[in-house]
Amino acid sequence: MGLLSDPVRRRALARLVLRLNAPLCVLSYVAGIAWFLALVFPPLTQRTYMSENAMGSTMVEEQFAGGDRARAFARDFAAHRKKSGALPVAWLERTMRSVGLEVYTQSFSRKLPFPDETHERYVLGEWGVPGPRKHLGGRGLGWVSPWRVSWGQEAQWEGKSLVGIGGLEKGGASASYHSYTEVPPPYCIQMVSGTNVYGILRAPRAASTESLVLTVPCGSDSTNSQAVGLLLALAAHFRGQIYWAKDIIFLVTEHDLLGTEAWLEAYHDVNVTGMQSSPLQGRAGAIQAAVALELSSDVVTSLDVAVEGLNGQLPNLDLLNLFQTFCQKGGLLCTLQGKLQPQDWTSLDGPLQGLQTLLLMVLRQASGRPHGSHGLFLRYRVEALTLRGINSFRQYKYDLVAVGKALEGMFRKLNHLLERLHQSFFLYLLPALSRFVSIGLYMPAAGFLLLVLGLKALELWMQLHEAEVGLEEPGGAPGPSVPLPPSQGVGLASLVAPLLISQAMGLALYVLPVLGQHVATQHFPVAEAEAVVLTLLAIYAAGLALPHNTHRVVSTQAPDRGWMALKLVALIYLALQLGCIALTNFSLGFLLATTMVPAAALAKPHGPRTLYAALLVLTSPAATLLGSLFLWRELQEAPLSLAEGWQLFLAALAQGVLEHHTYGALLFPLLSLGLYPCWLLFWNVLFWK
Amino acid sequence: MAAPLALVLVVAVTVRAALFRSSLAEFISERVEVVSPLSSWKRVVEGLSLLDLGVSPYSGAVFHETPLIIYLFHFLIDYAELVFMITDALTAIALYFAIQDFNKVVFKKQKLLLELDQYAPDVAELIRTPMEMRYIPLKVALFYLLNPYTILSCVAKSTCAINNTLIAFFILTTIKAAVHTCENEEQGLLDLFLGVCHDVCGKPSGNRLPLLLPSQLLGFHPRSLWLYCWVSPDFKLSCAVKEGLSVPDLTPNIGLFWYFFAEMFEHFSLFFVCVFQINVFFYTIPLAIKLKEHPIFFMFIQIAIIAIFKSYPTVGDVALYMAFFPVWNHLYRFLRNIFVLTCIIIVCSLLFPVLWHLWIYAGSANSNFFYAITLTFNVGQILLISDYFYAFLRREYYLTHGLYLTAKDGTEAMLVLK
Repeated sequence: MGLLSDPVRRRALARLVLRLNAPLCVLSYVAGIAWFLALVFPPLTQRTYMSENAMGSTMVEEQFAGGDRARAFARDFAAHRKKSGALPVAWLERTMRSVGLEVYTQSFSRKLPFPDETHERYVLGEWGVPGPRKHLGGRGLGWVSPWRVSWGQEAQWEGKSLVGIGGLEKGGASASYHSYTEVPPPYCIQMVSGTNVYGILRAPRAASTESLVLTVPCGSDSTNSQAVGLLLALAAHFRGQIYWAKDIIFLVTEHDLLGTEAWLEAYHDVNVTGMQSSPLQGRAGAIQAAVALELSSDVVTSLDVAVEGLNGQLPNLDLLNLFQTFCQKGGLLCTLQGKLQPQDWTSLDGPLQGLQTLLLMVLRQASGRPHGSHGLFLRYRVEALTLRGINSFRQYKYDLVAVGKALEGMFRKLNHLLERLHQSFFLYLLPALSRFVSIGLYMPAAGFLLLVLGLKALELWMQLHEAEVGLEEPGGAPGPSVPLPPSQGVGLASLVAPLLISQAMGLALYVLPVLGQHVATQHFPVAEAEAVVLTLLAIYAAGLALPHNTHRVVSTQAPDRGWMALKLVALIYLALQLGCIALTNFSLGFLLATTMVPAAALAKPHGPRTLYAALLVLTSPAATLLGSLFLWRELQEAPLSLAEGWQLFLAALAQGVLEHHTYGALLFPLLSLGLYPCWLLFWNVLFWK
Repeated sequence: MAAPLALVLVVAVTVRAALFRSSLAEFISERVEVVSPLSSWKRVVEGLSLLDLGVSPYSGAVFHETPLIIYLFHFLIDYAELVFMITDALTAIALYFAIQDFNKVVFKKQKLLLELDQYAPDVAELIRTPMEMRYIPLKVALFYLLNPYTILSCVAKSTCAINNTLIAFFILTTIKAAVHTCENEEQGLLDLFLGVCHDVCGKPSGNRLPLLLPSQLLGFHPRSLWLYCWVSPDFKLSCAVKEGLSVPDLTPNIGLFWYFFAEMFEHFSLFFVCVFQINVFFYTIPLAIKLKEHPIFFMFIQIAIIAIFKSYPTVGDVALYMAFFPVWNHLYRFLRNIFVLTCIIIVCSLLFPVLWHLWIYAGSANSNFFYAITLTFNVGQILLISDYFYAFLRREYYLTHGLYLTAKDGTEAMLVLK
């Protein structure tokens, strides 16, 4: 408190902040980045360890031997699926019942805000001879998969040649059916409906108060059959065991995550996303943990584990430790973010490889998308992860028995749990599967970056304050004092317009694209999803042009006060948002801070304005997204060309909006309602006249 | 001046009405920052239904409102939203007129002292002018009505809003009495202070009731009479008082109590309840001595202290003392950490819901995270209040000793608070 009340030390501190501001800011920024890079080196990363006592040792004997059975199930499933064109519900019910589960189904339907272009999951009814695909030659919007048909003007198809007819079969093969007579055409294609099938293995000596979930999401394409096969074989095997203390739910969902979301909402009897579904007939108590399985081949070379869930939520680290333990025990090769574990952490190679994995994790977590259907379980406080079988060109392959044994081991261990997984970390970063960085160690990286904003804000405040006090104090003798409130009033009034306008732009960015898609499709030759993305980009760009007009009406007495006050507000606004984001989703906060902070600190209406403007544009939220995509593919060693990158960017925008509406992902509202308006304020500062 | 006030009222009511109609209202009314176990609307409804069933609302552990509130809403339950909007408006109006009168008094006093030549010669720039004082009452009303804290509190139908109205009317009547009867202000102050004590402590923390009752029995003022009908109905008032005193409900809030008592062994709780409760009125006597010339400033500090240290504080309590900030506009140049402290309070207000989410919904954080923010918020408030207090003392010192002080060796002197 001495610092706050002792005038001498205060003055010294103030002088330090004012005089050394630029070096301090640079230092702080560099320290933030350096801290982040240092996270992969051993003193900061630690070995993972199992904290949960109940899962401590690996004294479990896996007896699963149903590899042939799993393959047979998988073949049958694939055949039935091909025949019916959708999830073979009846077959699944029959088979699950035959292995001795209590089987239930749940049907659901969800109206998407606009068609999902990257997943083929809509209805093509019998009337559904598609309208001609409207090509957007030269606009670089070929990202729509070639067989997708635009449904803009169904009425016109009669007179036109049926260009899209070839696509009908492809689309039709993957589509589920919906009674088209009830729903008018424009909505029909946005309606997704499907059925989830789940079987409950009741624990023989427990009261059905706790359960574990093994889930396989089935998409519209014919992947994941082997996962269903393994799930059924495991169910059959588990049925024969006597030691279950928790019920086990075997869940097969249709339409990937949509089905999972529908099932989870119905299971917990809530409705958060506007999903319509039939109520669940059978339940099995509180879900303690869930494992999602994705397997598309009879043999695998490695298992990849995905932890990042919706809005960057992570499962308890113990679940990951558990998986790793059984991988080691079974000699399975396991990867994180598709990267093998570096063995040697003492030389530079290990940490460098760790850095790649870490960056991939940061990018994935920052996206806020659920990477696998486990991501949706996390919202309901169910610890969950996704296991993906990878079949690459490696020599040594594992069959389904090895994967099944690992899963059996994990379930046996989870079966031992006495309370929810809570001992280990919830907030962590992973440079490798067996190394982690805990929240206390990575937070300073974001803290240093935010400190730059704080320092800048403090400097601006002092300059503003000095200007005020400076007007009065040199007078010395009693003279006409400049009344303070009026000058303050002008400063505040000049801020209201830019603030309101930029917030209104953000609101428009959030609301208009989805709301105005039908208007756009009527007037322009675009499909709904394209319309949404193009409107997004248009509004985003329009925001840059708009703020020039905001402050002409305001006359400021002191020319600098206006923009300084605006920048002060913008800096605090940005720091607040980034701080809140970094707390909930460190990766996103850090990524945005890394890009936005330098430009935000530099923005001022003097000096090399074009340079600042270029920097500001390059670090705007959308540009950050584009840059992240390039970085992401670069790290995956599959670099993008510019055109590909652009297409991926457009697809990512559409997915972002869609995921906000279907699962409640927060990235889109955060960017459009929070960071974009804030960024516009800096743009406004830059072009302050 | 009535037109701008009316405009502000219209804007405030519009904002509240819009929020009442929106889907946010439900979300807000569940926030622990906005409603406490003592002021939650849910509990009022519960108490009313108990009353309808012929059960005493005080027989359980749910309802802790005063009898007055339950009678009020017994008749007005269908118009609850309207009642809360009206109480907010009334608070603002009361504060408006109170501060208007207070400013007149201040100005008169300043004129008198100037004529008596009590001020140092070089303090002209510290002298307050009618120009700058003119808009202060309006700003007070504005600060109260458009403060996000007040709006949240009103939309959540927290009975804290009604509490605030009563305090505002106490302030108004006190100042009116002091002005009209031209008595010395201490008489008014005493009455007011009792009112504040009664209102804030009699209900939510109840800890100064013993101090209050004898003085009320003596009857300082006819105005105190109506307090009786509030305190003495046949209901078991002890329930409400006990609740505030012994802090049995440890629902998290923005105060300092819940975490400590959640962590504490039952064995020690009585001792620590005493230690914690002593804070609320520990500062009263020293402050009363130091600020005996400035009752309204004293009252401001006291309301703030109560808002910080009471057992179940909500943001509505914070909003009440924040409404007084414009009154002390002239201290602005002496405030030293206003920027940092404002930032702290804004940051904390935003982090409350974030950390609550992490703790309760995401499950990734724990109660320590939320409590850390609570602690920061309260430290911020305490620093802010002490900053105001120090600024006030400094200004008073400069007024009598001159603005440009020199030390014995001729250098510029510096005031240090010790």
